[in-house]
Amino acid sequence: MMFHANLNTYLMLALFLLMTGIYGMIRHKTFIGMLISTELVLNGAGLNFMAFNKFLAPDPAVGQIFTLFIMGIAAAEAAIAISFILAVYRKFSTGDPQGVTDLKG
Amino acid sequence: MNLMMEVLFFGFVVLTMTGALLAVRAKILMHGVLGLAVSLLGVAGLYLYLGSPFLTLMQVLIYVGAICVVLVFGIMVGYTPNEVAEKVPMGRNALLGLLASGSAAFFLMVMVLGRTHWVPAAHRVGDFSIEHVGESLLLTWCLAFEMISVVLLIAIVGAIILARGGREEGSQ
Repeated sequence: MMFHANLNTYLMLALFLLMTGIYGMIRHKTFIGMLISTELVLNGAGLNFMAFNKFLAPDPAVGQIFTLFIMGIAAAEAAIAISFILAVYRKFSTGDPQGVTDLKG
Repeated sequence: MNLMMEVLFFGFVVLTMTGALLAVRAKILMHGVLGLAVSLLGVAGLYLYLGSPFLTLMQVLIYVGAICVVLVFGIMVGYTPNEVAEKVPMGRNALLGLLASGSAAFFLMVMVLGRTHWVPAAHRVGDFSIEHVGESLLLTWCLAFEMISVVLLIAIVGAIILARGGREEGSQ
């Protein structure tokens, strides 16, 4: 059995990336840590698209293009999130999500 | 030859998994970014097996090259040295995280992977070549392509506006 020519291998790996991403998002106590976990989840999505693209899709260009779009969105998201983190850090002097409580009643 | 490909494939899989685990388990943020970079490199290798050297290069260029560097800069600018290392994680958070990811994995594995019979497309058009990708990018998916460029432009402008000014300026 060839693992690298099997759709389920890639799906399981993408599932693993999603799992670790969700776990990290809850476990991390800093904004940057959460951002790192988000990148893992996005990467799992990209891997899924590429796997389906290789094994099932009628047009092999579509999955590649969609993965490219995911990368572009991830880059934009990282830039925006980093600048948000900097702005929050300047206002609250903390990188801890628990410390940002202006809207807490 | 086949055996070598398989061994290399498992090398990439191990790279991806260990990198992801390091990224979420690291106590020092810089180690987390390092783990993320390793994991993204592993996925870049897997893209080779999925028939797209072009996306491998893009993955290394955009994810490993750009996003990880942005994260490193974020850590450098935004955090004082004693905050770079996270405090010992709360047991409750780690438990909740395990629960959430475990249940998601269970449902996806049992409900989706276990029960679905994937049917390949009856016939394929085009190929994996970069020419075909570029052609459909600029013909079929032209609108989405332009929208992405607008989104990136707005993101860049927004990031500059949000992050403008020094650290001392805003702190009263």
